[in-house]
Amino acid sequence: MSSLAAPGGGIAGSKPGWRASLGWDGTTLLILPAVCFVLAFFVFPCLYGLVLSFMPLKGGVFDNYIRFFSESRFYSTIWKTLLIALPATLANVFLALPIAFALRKTSRYQRIVTAILVVPITLGTVLVAQGLLGYLGPNGWFMRLLMTLHVIDAPFRLTHNYTGVLLSLIITGFPFSFLLTLSYVTGIDPMLAKAAATLGASPWTQFKQIYLPLLAPGLAMGFCLAFVQSFAVFPSAVLLGEPAGTTRVMALAVYQLAYEDYNAPMAAAGAMVMGAVQLIVVSCVLGLRGLFYRGPVGGTKG
Amino acid sequence: MATGPIDGNFEILKLDGVTRRFAGITALDGLDLTIKRGEFIALLGPSGCGKSTALNCLAGLLPLTDGGIWLDDRRIDVLRPEQRGFGMVFQSYALFPHMTVRKNIGFGLMMRKVAKADIDKRVAEALRMVRLEAHADKLPGQLSGGQQQRVAIARAIVVQPPLVLMDEPLSNLDAKLRLEMRVEIRRIHKELGRSTIYVTHDQDEALSLADRIVVLHDGKVQQVGSPEDLYARPANHEVARFMGYQNSLTLDVVGGGDGETRLAGPGMVVQGIGQVPSGRAIASIRPEDLVAGAEGVNTIDVRVTGAEYAGREFVGTAVTQDNQPVIFRSPRRISTDELVRLSVPTDRVRVFAEAQR
Repeated sequence: MSSLAAPGGGIAGSKPGWRASLGWDGTTLLILPAVCFVLAFFVFPCLYGLVLSFMPLKGGVFDNYIRFFSESRFYSTIWKTLLIALPATLANVFLALPIAFALRKTSRYQRIVTAILVVPITLGTVLVAQGLLGYLGPNGWFMRLLMTLHVIDAPFRLTHNYTGVLLSLIITGFPFSFLLTLSYVTGIDPMLAKAAATLGASPWTQFKQIYLPLLAPGLAMGFCLAFVQSFAVFPSAVLLGEPAGTTRVMALAVYQLAYEDYNAPMAAAGAMVMGAVQLIVVSCVLGLRGLFYRGPVGGTKG
Repeated sequence: MATGPIDGNFEILKLDGVTRRFAGITALDGLDLTIKRGEFIALLGPSGCGKSTALNCLAGLLPLTDGGIWLDDRRIDVLRPEQRGFGMVFQSYALFPHMTVRKNIGFGLMMRKVAKADIDKRVAEALRMVRLEAHADKLPGQLSGGQQQRVAIARAIVVQPPLVLMDEPLSNLDAKLRLEMRVEIRRIHKELGRSTIYVTHDQDEALSLADRIVVLHDGKVQQVGSPEDLYARPANHEVARFMGYQNSLTLDVVGGGDGETRLAGPGMVVQGIGQVPSGRAIASIRPEDLVAGAEGVNTIDVRVTGAEYAGREFVGTAVTQDNQPVIFRSPRRISTDELVRLSVPTDRVRVFAEAQR
């Protein structure tokens, strides 16, 4: 039984060896299901796609990529997607921040408002898109209200264009940004702001000097998650957008390559480019995050 | 009205009926207190007595429900905390975790728009005062509890506030460090010559640090006085309890006169200092004055519930015949369930009227 008490744990009876030196023990086995899942549903498809993208239907190894970056109907989708995903993400993060900050003190309003703001999660992209089509369409209540109030004389277009997709992304993405930001904001010890106040900091300075620097890493994380979500936009781009024009996003172009042109290798190349763009944006943001303090956000060691 | 923090010193800080209620519960009930410049005041009381509420009201972190606070002839309870300019040391220290020790200490000066060179000089001075020169560029998370505590003090005093507020600053430290920091706090207070209000539940801290002690209980002031005053002449049994009179026996008044009262209860005859004409009264006795075995006019018959060897003698716990708990000392070994007769000299017993509820 002495081996049970051996440093580093270890399964009873096993000899301490390289596994022990890595700090592995019986508990390490618990990560196996997760590893299998990642291997089967991420690593394998990713590698498969990568290899496939270098085996074009005709031409040399790099022909798919050369074609992607030389034909405007392909490479233009990168900007179109970024042009939708970045503003939607920024809007979400910067909308979530003041609302979460205002709700940082536990109260019954916090619970009510949180519940209301989180409801869109349960709706799903397609339902939100359908709803927006009706509400914001030329005959929807929004336009009629504006006309009744004589704000406008004739309905203007909010659907089947860029604005429609942006609005739908903000509505579906906001709850995630909000919940994430709220958890970061409430994690900051309110005594810190009080201490700053006794030292002469106005509420705005307290926010700028105390809350913002401590929140920055969390906001960067929230930005990345929201960005990745918006970048893969597909249903709302098709339903609410202008799939042939301003909202011809990468996911849509890749879909068309795969299931309309039946050119799987070319679609794989598109997907790889899409992944690379996301990776670049996310690593830039996480790189910036490294500039900020990332330790515990309490006032003491605890 | 100026918007910046109050600068310079004051002669008199006056709390006039400061009251704070939370959802119908009165946490602090009409605190009247006048503090002279340079005084060290301790607010002493058990947890929930309102002492931290009083401090937060002074700092401006809690609005008053009633009453006012005056700094000389200026009313300050209407000012926001950042306008009062008092230094505050929090129980949890509340150091800014993303700023170095130097930045933490310089924060208040930065808020007062002091010139950079001046900030550097004054921060260096404060670092020297709390003996943390070697740790200036560390983050608070890299410091020990005692070091963090000193950063918190330095941060509060570097702006030379007219008043320093300390909320149980030593309660998170171990016993040895507590003693050392107590000396430091006293030294810094002397060196700066500013007024300090110090909240604590530890009577030793209050007795050793303060010029005057304010004892609070249930939101009400019980007694204000010098440590010697309170120790020698506690005004009621709540104050007495904090001054080491851990035994409070509720008994019937049976006689008295000449500044003394005679009390009796089941198996108990006690005479002590203090005049209560009739009814019930409380006899407060220090455990070290209540001795097993000795004979005298005051006798208390008890049944022992526990005994601990404390070096020179034994410390026992027991209950009286009507089940009131007492702590006493005994020169000989005692055992549980033994029946013992305790005695105490009359001049070591304080008699108080039973508290009005």
